Amino acid sequence: MKPLPLSGQAIAVAGMADGRDRIVLRLRTASAAPGQRDNHDAALIRNAEDVATARAAGFQTACLIGGSASLGDFFPRHVRLSAPFAYLGDGDIVGLHARSRKLRVLYRHGSSHNSFLVTERCNHYCLMCSQPPRDIDDGWILDEIAEALPLVDPATRSIGFTGGEPLLEWHKFIPLLGATRTTLPDTEIHVLTNGRGFACPEVTSAWAAIGHPRLCAGIPIYSAIDHVHDYVVQARNAFDETVLGILRLKDKGQRVEIRVVLHRITAPRLVETCIWIARNLPFVDHVALMGLENTGFALANQDLLWIDPIDYQEDLATGVSILSSAGLCVSVYNLPLCLLDRRTWAFVVQSISDWKNAYLPICDTCAVREQCAGFFSTGRMRESRGLRALSGREADMVRTA
Amino acid sequence: MAKFLPEAEFSPASPRDLQLLPLRFEKLDANRYLVANLVGDVLLMSADELERITLLDVTPGDGLYERAFVKLLIAGKGQQSQLQLLALRLRSRMAFLRDPTPLHLFVVTLRCEHSCPYCQVSRRSSDRNRYDMSDETAMRALRVALSAPPPSIKIEFQGGEPLLNFDLIRKIVVEAEHLRVAAGKAVTFVITTNLALLTDDMLTFCHDHSILISTSLDGPADLHNRNRPRPGGNSHALAEAGIRRAQEVLGQDRVGALMTTTEASLERVEEIIDEYVRLDLDGIFLRPLSPYGFAIKTKQFGKYDASRWLTFYERGLRYIIGLNKRGIRIPELYATLLLKRMLTDRPIGYVDLRSPAGIGLGALVYNYDGKVFASDEGRMLAEMGDRTFELGDLATDDYRSLVGSEKLIDLVSASLTQCAPQCSTCAYEPHCGADPVYHHATQSDPVGIKPLSEFCSRHKGIFRLLFELLEGSPEDAAVLRGWVAA
Repeated sequence: MKPLPLSGQAIAVAGMADGRDRIVLRLRTASAAPGQRDNHDAALIRNAEDVATARAAGFQTACLIGGSASLGDFFPRHVRLSAPFAYLGDGDIVGLHARSRKLRVLYRHGSSHNSFLVTERCNHYCLMCSQPPRDIDDGWILDEIAEALPLVDPATRSIGFTGGEPLLEWHKFIPLLGATRTTLPDTEIHVLTNGRGFACPEVTSAWAAIGHPRLCAGIPIYSAIDHVHDYVVQARNAFDETVLGILRLKDKGQRVEIRVVLHRITAPRLVETCIWIARNLPFVDHVALMGLENTGFALANQDLLWIDPIDYQEDLATGVSILSSAGLCVSVYNLPLCLLDRRTWAFVVQSISDWKNAYLPICDTCAVREQCAGFFSTGRMRESRGLRALSGREADMVRTA
Repeated sequence: MAKFLPEAEFSPASPRDLQLLPLRFEKLDANRYLVANLVGDVLLMSADELERITLLDVTPGDGLYERAFVKLLIAGKGQQSQLQLLALRLRSRMAFLRDPTPLHLFVVTLRCEHSCPYCQVSRRSSDRNRYDMSDETAMRALRVALSAPPPSIKIEFQGGEPLLNFDLIRKIVVEAEHLRVAAGKAVTFVITTNLALLTDDMLTFCHDHSILISTSLDGPADLHNRNRPRPGGNSHALAEAGIRRAQEVLGQDRVGALMTTTEASLERVEEIIDEYVRLDLDGIFLRPLSPYGFAIKTKQFGKYDASRWLTFYERGLRYIIGLNKRGIRIPELYATLLLKRMLTDRPIGYVDLRSPAGIGLGALVYNYDGKVFASDEGRMLAEMGDRTFELGDLATDDYRSLVGSEKLIDLVSASLTQCAPQCSTCAYEPHCGADPVYHHATQSDPVGIKPLSEFCSRHKGIFRLLFELLEGSPEDAAVLRGWVAA
């Protein structure tokens, strides 16, 4: 199991510097007509035929992937990528650092799991963070996103923003989101934030003023108990500010998703957490109960965090039923069907981003593989003792669930 | 990588960093207390645990801290979220106050062809001219009703037997549908009727104007006919036929029934419930007798006390829960109402159980003679000669003068459970309500002495029963939660 490479180093970069360190490119088929092009567009070249087509179409910029086609001197600006990036296609967007040739794939047109990393900085230090924060000056990322966003296909169903904590630089980040109201009005804009920023009324007002009807803040609450949540996120007073933030957002009519990651600290308290959410925050728009991605800090802390999902499947079923019977919209993410109680199946979402989603050899004989969330290919997987291939009869049950 | 901090680093250092949030408790038995927060979420505790909570003698990790924290009984000093959650939930629960007087009862006649000994409204059998509401009075009442603030009001036709004056009902409905447009309001209609005089014509009219039917059904034929005598002794047969026709013409969910518990009902709760199931009614309301009207005169009220009624109610509720577990979906409607308060923060402004009381603020009653009362029970008292809840007369009053009257304000503010003796400290207060009419009728005081009040013992009994069912049995709890979700 290996995730799709979303970053790497270009083999060669030419003609791109023009005084700027960072370049955003949108890849296009070599035949894309000039009228539908932007000056960020680069022709995708996979063979000699593409070279001819791109020249005929008048491209000045080219992106050669793998193979041995020669670009000759036809394209004054070009970049050459290695074969693992052969999956890139028309409409995909990449960010390039000219000097170091470092490359990041920012958007894949064919994927429904696109998200922009806004910053690596964070005011939390979660025990299970899959994207461990770094205290670095990475303000350039926001500039890159600002350049990339207008290039995103407006037909994109959903775009995520993640971190780090995106609201740390809220006065730059929120206006950037504001632009999507006109450029991506029909796209779900989903921002993963710890929500503490919203405890400040100024931030919440600015957020509400964006006015994007499909904007949603995904905010983690790991426990209904202050010190447990604060311990998980390794920050004092986090629980208080996060809850206040959620209340302020809902007071302004904003959409909020609560996210609970399940591990050995949170899972034993899941029923209590769900009762508390149902009772105190029944007005949130969605609750996601999520399996752990065993990567980043989760690996470092796995003795503390690992719990076999089979051991909390009963509590998970109870929690889901408490939330849904209170009228909340609830989903279960990141957990394979074989580890879940039947009552939970109707709430399961195939949530793992396509680039890091994988299945095990045992899944080949499973009748519900197509409906199953599968596994993370990132990090190091811990195998549950409950993994098994389900039969056709069980498959019928998931379809009717 | 920076080091991760241990759990203890995130705990408050000492009880001095904690604060106690408002709580109330009820002793269930020797060592069990039901402890409620400001909005009525409950927690079962031992005497020792309750004492430790009140002394803030708790430490994160001891289990009690956690149980109390999730129930909003304690907070860290300086912490805002616990207080904000309580505040917004209280605001939500009280939001029914934003729409004063959504319910308007029109007593279109006091005449009735039944002669029920428990009749709470003291019906009359004859003299159309004297006991029917006039067109002029009806139109005045309608204008008052439509000047009430809510965007949506409900008009309920009461009696006597309102079908005896159906011509007036027609006029009021047609005129209301005309006037509501200019007033910018939605209006819904209900007729409370024994159905004995129901004709196809009337049903067609109800259908065309989306009028709901609420009827009386006391149980199987012999019990019902004994409770509800009429010439021919055929009350049950006529009610059953009426229910069936109304279900057919108006729709299954457009006709409901209420039962009244008499002494003869006490041993027959299962049969009564089965009768509701047999007639495909979508709920049953196990209702005690009220101390008004003929129920007092004929000494019906007082034939059983709160504890006998509670035994009847518990037996009935358990039987209904059993039916639901077997797949027969029928809720007990009073439990459903209380459970909505106990399990959600939806603003449930049920007229007969809320604080501030529903008199005037929840409903106005326009009597056949033009007098306006603060509640249906208030006009029942007036028929017995007690005009305490008479707010005015349609000949001279308007909505403001009726609802803003000193009389009403005094009665409502005197009876607030939030500050009434023994209500303000009651664990069930967030889910209960004030009933100044009942307490005036039984104790000549709108507040009443609660340990002497059957209203109080009945409600405490039901609340306790519901909490025990929710806590004690997951299967029972699932049924009860299902009623609330629907």
